[in-house]
Amino acid sequence: MATYKETFASLDRAVLIPFFVIGDPDFDTSLGLVKSAIDAGADVLELGIAFSDPIADGPTIQAADIRAIKSGMTVDRGLEFIKLVTDYKPVPVGLLIYYNLVFQYGTEKFFADFKAAGGSSILIADLSIDDADEVIPAAEKAELETVFMVTPNTRDDRAKIIAEKSTGFIYTVSTLGVTGARSALSDMVKPLIARLKAITDTPVCVGFGISSADQAKQVADAGADGVIIGSKIVKMIENNLGDIAAMTKEISDFIKEVKSAL
Amino acid sequence: MIEKGRFGQFGGFYVPEVLIPALEDIEAAFLHYKDDPKFVADLDNLYKNYAGRPTPLYYASRFSEYVGFRVYIKREDLLHGGAHKTNNTLGQGLLAKYMGKKKIIAETGAGQHGLATAMAGALFGLETKIFMGAVDVERQSVNVHKMKLCGAEVVPITAGSGTLKDAINDALRYWTSHVEDTFYIFGTVCGPHPFPTIVKHFQSPIGKEAHEQVLKETGSLPDMVVACVGGGSNAMGIFSGFIDDKDVKLIGVEPAGHGLDTGEHAATLVAGTIGIFHGAKSYLLQDKEGQVHETESISAGLDYPAVGPEHCMLKDAGRAEYVSVEDKDVLDTFHLFTKLEGIIPALESTHALTWLVQQKGKFSADTTIIANLSGRGDKDVGIVEEHSPV
Ligand SMILES: Cc1ncc(COP(=O)(O)O)c(C=O)c1O
Repeated sequence: MATYKETFASLDRAVLIPFFVIGDPDFDTSLGLVKSAIDAGADVLELGIAFSDPIADGPTIQAADIRAIKSGMTVDRGLEFIKLVTDYKPVPVGLLIYYNLVFQYGTEKFFADFKAAGGSSILIADLSIDDADEVIPAAEKAELETVFMVTPNTRDDRAKIIAEKSTGFIYTVSTLGVTGARSALSDMVKPLIARLKAITDTPVCVGFGISSADQAKQVADAGADGVIIGSKIVKMIENNLGDIAAMTKEISDFIKEVKSAL
Repeated sequence: MIEKGRFGQFGGFYVPEVLIPALEDIEAAFLHYKDDPKFVADLDNLYKNYAGRPTPLYYASRFSEYVGFRVYIKREDLLHGGAHKTNNTLGQGLLAKYMGKKKIIAETGAGQHGLATAMAGALFGLETKIFMGAVDVERQSVNVHKMKLCGAEVVPITAGSGTLKDAINDALRYWTSHVEDTFYIFGTVCGPHPFPTIVKHFQSPIGKEAHEQVLKETGSLPDMVVACVGGGSNAMGIFSGFIDDKDVKLIGVEPAGHGLDTGEHAATLVAGTIGIFHGAKSYLLQDKEGQVHETESISAGLDYPAVGPEHCMLKDAGRAEYVSVEDKDVLDTFHLFTKLEGIIPALESTHALTWLVQQKGKFSADTTIIANLSGRGDKDVGIVEEHSPV
């Protein structure tokens, strides 16, 4: 399995990180989409396990969560899915999940089982750095990397602590808001990247709202080490429900386009 | 954050990073102003002259005769706005004003918190947006009209079950995008720290007054204090006045909806398991994976799958006892109580009265119990008419 460090070091451009909700719109289609995303050039994957009440997510990913849950997704099947992905190609997989799912599974066991499935890091959307101690021992024990979020309103002293506690990368939220494709890049993102670069060497990956090759390029040019694209891709699933070939092609083409822009 | 906001193992502030600075600001402002003489004087003045505090403690003689023991009613139904929610929105609204915020948002279930927030928005001159499940907009339409009359915008939420949980989800999402200029007035003792602590503080006049009033009226403390529990703010308000009086039993009454065994209820403390939801660790109605259940109750204000962290601690410590009553019995009590006393209780509050009805004949005649009548039932006459016409 490639580590984040190796992946970031091996590339002289920003890392491309597409996001998918596992099991959206169903397990098999989702697996096919993720595999073709890897084939199209995804360097790292960000995968989400669906939750009933995703408060950090906008309408697009909420709808994906509902599709996944309706199609029978469970946490166990999510881990199975990750194993199938990492067996296919050794790309690093970061997980995005809400705390209650981890808590019910048992934090230590969840981190261990995720590692066994080939995963690299777990980011809990509703666990801030203040409570990092609730998961860091489990991550260390499982030998997983850690990823925490920074947002435009995070103060520098706090961002420093977040950077220190993140061994993988800093999940850098481009804007004040929930996930969702946006037509323009937030004017908060460039100053934020600059701020982080001034205080840490931890890789900075930027997500939330990035919707085009041009926006991805702007973020990379501003110094980001990685670009995470979620809602835009998830929307392509929603727009092509019932036509797997069309959805696969649209997503693969988009990933290729972003990749060549980076 | 200055404090952790823990109640034993419960509570905390489990939220996305983007909300932390806003919660820190609210916590700091609360700690700064809560004992500030000017803030306290302003709030006391509003409680007294705007909202009508202290609310009376009324001996319900006909209802007492019916159940066979002495029942005193704490009349939060007489508070301006028609429910205890006004205590909290005046407190948090004033805090928002002192912080220089221009906009407030809130979630609402029954519409009482939405209305109380809309009133505070008008009073303090703050732009107000209320998030409300579409099902609740329908079943609590009177309150929706009142909110609009106060100048608030009401945003109906169709996601999920269209009830309180969905309204909170969207209020939190909206707040995420507007943290810089917007104050979220949380409606109950749930959610991330500092809300459980702040809401309890602003609801504590209920308990403080009731403590003084019952001593003055009867010369002794009551045997029990009973309140309904949705998120738990009216219960925490009245319990707080008696929590140090170890001989006073505290009873919280949850909605058993169609019956605990049907799974269609919202009796979180009675039937839930520990989880993390809407920013706090608490008992929670969820499946074994941790997906949160949609709940069911005839009472929109109690229709919520989580509960205040301090109640969870009181339950585990055995300091308070939590029970539940079903919709159909609540409807019977609504009619019974209204006929006996000429007071129309909110369906939420009627849960507390229903537990008392179920204790008929079980306590000695000199047993004294205070029930918190958290709100008036004008908003519910349509629902009651539909389910059990007069
Ligand atoms: C009259 C009344 N009582 C009780 C409640 C439940 O809330 P809590 O448990 O926070 O008091 C509500 C909520 O809307 C209400 O309107």
